[in-house]
Amino acid sequence: MQLLYIVKRFGVFLIIIWLAATLNFFLPKLSGQDPVRTKLLESAALGGYVHAGIEDMVKEYQQKFGLDKPLWRQYLNYVSDVSRGDLNYSIANYPRTVAGMIADALPWTIALLGLTTLFSFAAGTVLGALLAWPGAPRWMRWLMPPLWALHAIPFFLLGLVLMYLFAFQFQWLPIFGGYSAGANPALDWTFALDVLRHAVLPALSIVLVSVGGWALAMRGMMVTTMGEDYVTFAEAKGLRSATIFSRYCIRNAILPQVTGLALALGQILSGAVLVEVIFGYPGIGALLFQAIEENDFFLIQGIVFTVIVALGFATFVLDVIYPWLDPRISYRRA
Amino acid sequence: MLGYLHRNVSLMVGVVLLGILVVFMAVGALTVDTSNAQPLSVPTLLPPSWDYPFGTDRQGRDLLAVMVAGTPLTLWIGFVAGFIGVGVGAVLGFTAAYYGRVVDTLIRSIADIGLTVPGLLVLIIIAVSLKGSLTVNQMAIVVASLAWLNPTRTIRSQVLTLRERGYVEIARLNGMRGPEIIFRELMPNLLPYLAATLVSSVSAAILASIGLEVLGLGPVEAPTLGMTLYWVFFNAAIINGWWWWWAAPLVVIVMVFLGLFFLTVGLDEIANPRLRRAA
Amino acid sequence: MTLAPPPPASLTNAAVLRVDGLRVAYAHERGAVRAVDDVSFTLRPRERFGLAGESGSGKSTMALAILRMIKPPGRIEGGEVWLEDVALSRLTDEAIRRLRLAGIAMVPQGSMNSLNPVVRIRDQIADGLADHGGRLSRRDLGARVHELLGQVGLPSQVADKYPHELSGGMKQRACIAIAICLRPKVIIADEPTSALDVVVQRQVMETLGSVQAGLGAAVILIGHDMGLMAQFVDRLGIMYAGRLVEVAPIRDIIAAPRHPYTRLLIDSLPSLERRGTLRGIPGLAPLLRDLPPGCAFHPRCPMAEERCRSDKPVVRPMGPDATVACHLA
Repeated sequence: MQLLYIVKRFGVFLIIIWLAATLNFFLPKLSGQDPVRTKLLESAALGGYVHAGIEDMVKEYQQKFGLDKPLWRQYLNYVSDVSRGDLNYSIANYPRTVAGMIADALPWTIALLGLTTLFSFAAGTVLGALLAWPGAPRWMRWLMPPLWALHAIPFFLLGLVLMYLFAFQFQWLPIFGGYSAGANPALDWTFALDVLRHAVLPALSIVLVSVGGWALAMRGMMVTTMGEDYVTFAEAKGLRSATIFSRYCIRNAILPQVTGLALALGQILSGAVLVEVIFGYPGIGALLFQAIEENDFFLIQGIVFTVIVALGFATFVLDVIYPWLDPRISYRRA
Repeated sequence: MLGYLHRNVSLMVGVVLLGILVVFMAVGALTVDTSNAQPLSVPTLLPPSWDYPFGTDRQGRDLLAVMVAGTPLTLWIGFVAGFIGVGVGAVLGFTAAYYGRVVDTLIRSIADIGLTVPGLLVLIIIAVSLKGSLTVNQMAIVVASLAWLNPTRTIRSQVLTLRERGYVEIARLNGMRGPEIIFRELMPNLLPYLAATLVSSVSAAILASIGLEVLGLGPVEAPTLGMTLYWVFFNAAIINGWWWWWAAPLVVIVMVFLGLFFLTVGLDEIANPRLRRAA
Repeated sequence: MTLAPPPPASLTNAAVLRVDGLRVAYAHERGAVRAVDDVSFTLRPRERFGLAGESGSGKSTMALAILRMIKPPGRIEGGEVWLEDVALSRLTDEAIRRLRLAGIAMVPQGSMNSLNPVVRIRDQIADGLADHGGRLSRRDLGARVHELLGQVGLPSQVADKYPHELSGGMKQRACIAIAICLRPKVIIADEPTSALDVVVQRQVMETLGSVQAGLGAAVILIGHDMGLMAQFVDRLGIMYAGRLVEVAPIRDIIAAPRHPYTRLLIDSLPSLERRGTLRGIPGLAPLLRDLPPGCAFHPRCPMAEERCRSDKPVVRPMGPDATVACHLA
């Protein structure tokens, strides 16, 4: 019963991985030629990347994905590589591997995105619930219009404004990077503080924009929920206001919120990519930007693939949590 | 009608914001020389002045001309992609909801899996794979390729709630067949909701296109809003203190998004009367 | 709100609930809408009182008003409700909260959406107990829940279930179990059987009757099914357009209804003996915001006279337990 559901959801996760790999393989070939090959050969011919390795890479590429190979064979090679975690070498940064570069950048992004998303979701949900509740403090209503207005704009635009205000004008916070240039990455307080200072602006850009969205959605959910018969009966039962608020209203209103979270993950990530780019925050986003600039196709493919897999996993986790929150979704029905 | 606008504040705000933009574009097209939106047209890096109200950038573009020329381009990409997205989404959504079972499961699964994937990344792969730089119209098509996912899902759920209503049963008993029921009974009731979906789809498309452009994957020669920001970052305009360079596109983009957002909320209120004068 | 004087001592001993001139109105852009218009009745201990009427007659609003649960844009405009000798309008919010469930309990339409979908039945009984000061150990709580479920004829496994796992009748009985957990003096059952089939209806009504007898409580049964009323209640009140147009013991009201509306209602009941076309009541119930002048029923009344069109009839007592509001009774 429960196991079957989890297995099914995991199956969906595997399909997503497969889909990501397949897209990664076929999409570039849509234009009729193989742009990877073209770019590799270009780079080799231009000698722009001055290292012998590029010759080896071209040879290896020809071997696996050469035009003389049938398409299905190329595809199988690709899939088998990917499933072994071999995302190839970075064209621009040879001999670094794509997997290696991603492994360096990924923790930064997970930290930034994970914390900001959880925080905005929690704070926004609580705020939205309070806003819908007649017993809540009056002054909270004043928070809504600015949050509302903010949430309509993309993260990175707010980032731009914040950067100008706080990094340039007031010079309170650093402009660029994940940590100060020349700082020694070590596990001590000074480094940690440095990292935090650099993370404040990117985090704020994401949080300030997201909170409004969650609050608005939760408030709407609460209003609907508060009109339900079971809330009326709860009141007729003489339950305390706090009990009705938490157990009858929030507990029910939060279900669509969590669904919303699962759906929004992709968008949040897309927005965060741009935030990282403008702040030079050393996460996946900045890496992607760098890869695009350098025409490093393997790196781009690798990043896109990794991100899709990560999001698929996050969605899988949320999918498994959901029936625990809502007993009506029986594990059996899945 | 105007009385209703009065009560539906969101709708009014949205219409006003977008109206200002339209006026700006119209008046600008008539009065401003848009050839100055090209590089090397005017002296570089001048802060706003009477001659150049929005200032100029490092490559010698008159930013006012850039705004006048670029805003319609960005909006055009958004509209084309948004329309295609809602068009395809409506067809798929109606089909899935109305015919149910296998068709529904198929369409729904594709849409759900597609939505798990972050759209921007797929767009990046597509953009990077295409030969050479994109034109504005190609951008629109690229963005449109993913724009149908969300509308399919939302329209499908709306049709599902309607399908259970009585008048659909009656229509079926009266002998109407599927497509006819879809057009004659379901769609008219969904029009306000479709309008809201269209506006939010356009908004999402504009966001996607700006995202691609800021990363440098957009139509490089076009003075669109996103490309302007790309040049802003490329030239480190913020650190260099050339605030006017990014202030202009920022204001316009914010107005576009806020306008579309309030418009969506306003249309939602029309579509769902329960939201009117809610708590 | 006007403060009514406390009722005379003799009446206090007799009545467990007394509604006196209750008026509830909803603010509407075109003026206030009277959902409950000057309604008065008394409820004796252990009595079963029925409140019948069409949709929109104000019966459910009455229930909410008694529990002081009317929310804006509605408000209680006047009148008083006495539970024994306590005037409910003078209680603080906290006091009335504690009175709900413990003094007056409501049984809603459980087969619909009255139970919290994400909480188990056991916990939905328990939170009523807990929020009224009950500090039971887990074992005692379990025993109490088991006992309550037994009283309404539900097996103890129901305690662990969620509402969606129960049938309509079971959900309704679970609501009854919740309503009796603090041994209230008055039970207000608001359309408890409306969405159920006849067989289950009977089960539910039997359950209601037996728990009421067990508690010695009084019951107000709100509904529109005259047949059900006839089988269950001691006295019946008929509501029309927000007014209580007739009250009488059930046998009297069926045998000799005084108000024309009551008469038409009873005549419209299909009979197993007589054959013939079904008779309804011509016309539609008026919109509360668009009431006709004079007697609200006159457009549909077969006996309407001139004064019915202009003068609103006053509620007149017709005996120790009966009242009627009609010029012609």
